[in-house]
Amino acid sequence: MHPVAAPTPHADIWAALDALTDPEIPVISLREMGILREVREGADGVTEVVITPTYSGCPAMSQIEDDVRTVLAGLGVPARVVTQLAPAWTTDWMSDPAREKLRAYGIAPPQCAAPDRPGNVTAVLRFVTRPVSEANVPCPHCGSSETTEISHFGSTACKAQYRCLACLEPFDYFKPY
Amino acid sequence: MSVSTPVACAPVTYLLHLADNALILGQRNAEWCGHGPIIEEDLSMANNALDLIGQARLLYQYAAQRIGNGATEDSLAYFRDVPDFRNYTLLELPHSAPLAATARGDRDYATTIVRNFLYSALMVLLWERLSTSTDEQLAAIAARSLKEVQYHLRHSRDWLVRFGDGTDESQARAQAALDHMLPYTEEFWTDSAAEREAVATGVGVEVATLRADWDMLVANTLAVATLQRPAASNGYVSQGKQGVHSEHLGFVLAEMQSLARAHPGASW
Repeated sequence: MHPVAAPTPHADIWAALDALTDPEIPVISLREMGILREVREGADGVTEVVITPTYSGCPAMSQIEDDVRTVLAGLGVPARVVTQLAPAWTTDWMSDPAREKLRAYGIAPPQCAAPDRPGNVTAVLRFVTRPVSEANVPCPHCGSSETTEISHFGSTACKAQYRCLACLEPFDYFKPY
Repeated sequence: MSVSTPVACAPVTYLLHLADNALILGQRNAEWCGHGPIIEEDLSMANNALDLIGQARLLYQYAAQRIGNGATEDSLAYFRDVPDFRNYTLLELPHSAPLAATARGDRDYATTIVRNFLYSALMVLLWERLSTSTDEQLAAIAARSLKEVQYHLRHSRDWLVRFGDGTDESQARAQAALDHMLPYTEEFWTDSAAEREAVATGVGVEVATLRADWDMLVANTLAVATLQRPAASNGYVSQGKQGVHSEHLGFVLAEMQSLARAHPGASW
């Protein structure tokens, strides 16, 4: 009888999962995004890969789950994907190198963590002036801090549309979440 | 997806009330997809609807797990009928001035914005409180939803101010939308059996305790927007969250559910 194969060490699983990138932002890995949280051993001994979803309706999440499963299947590891809601995903989990990669890709990285609170919605976006509560969002192209928000919502759930008043380029801003 | 059953559990009807709110408003707002007044707002409504439908899915998945018996998020969304839905009546109304039965009107963006503002202002307060609910699964969903609805509130509030403090035309339409929709918010403050049960079991929020903050948020915004709050009336209080709906919900469901009912179990 053959001995049971030794379980794949978690480090190997991590190494394989590190190759997975965000389907919408291919320069950042799922780990850097803070979506891949943990590789652990479940109560029944089966390896679990824990992911935390981003926006509730983000269509990339099912793609991400499928990608993780494909990698695990490729390793031949019996493992399951566990979706964990709490603590809620936040852009604060994004590492500094990941932020720099975002910027180099043309997307302004997220600034402060929390948007306006209910008691702090006195600042209103007018056509040109910047709302005082909005963090300064530097242009990812020229670095100027003279930028203005075009629209709160952009091409994906996680982004807003901005424009640089110095170099006049429009750009995506990854909203703090 | 594996979800452990928490110790304290919200009543299923309470979860469905929250889920139905998100789904029905998400479905309504998605009607703008491809028809937005400007492309930025087309994208905004698509994103808004995506967030709401995503919130609804999490709540339906949790409710289905609690119901058991083969219930799924799809069976709850597509195979329940009008009296089973527990959303506020406000959220099922068309994007237009008051209409009866099958009458059709042009979609009016001021109506969309006013409704999103009135609802988001409530949900920012409600999700924040529910994020510390003793039902851990509900609290987790609330914490995520809160982040999204804060953006919805900011968006709708900004546009309401632009409309109100804008041209004569935008002012008049925003005021008309407010006069039409505000009376439906009375339903927020009358509690349903599901809400009473959720409060009694310690997982829910007594809605009346949110009213002062909501009123202040609305008053502050209307003041900046130079809009008048319509005088309180003692008229009929809508009862959508108790399953008594306007004639409009049936049309929303007919469109939303027809594909799933024509091809049960279909996947792609």
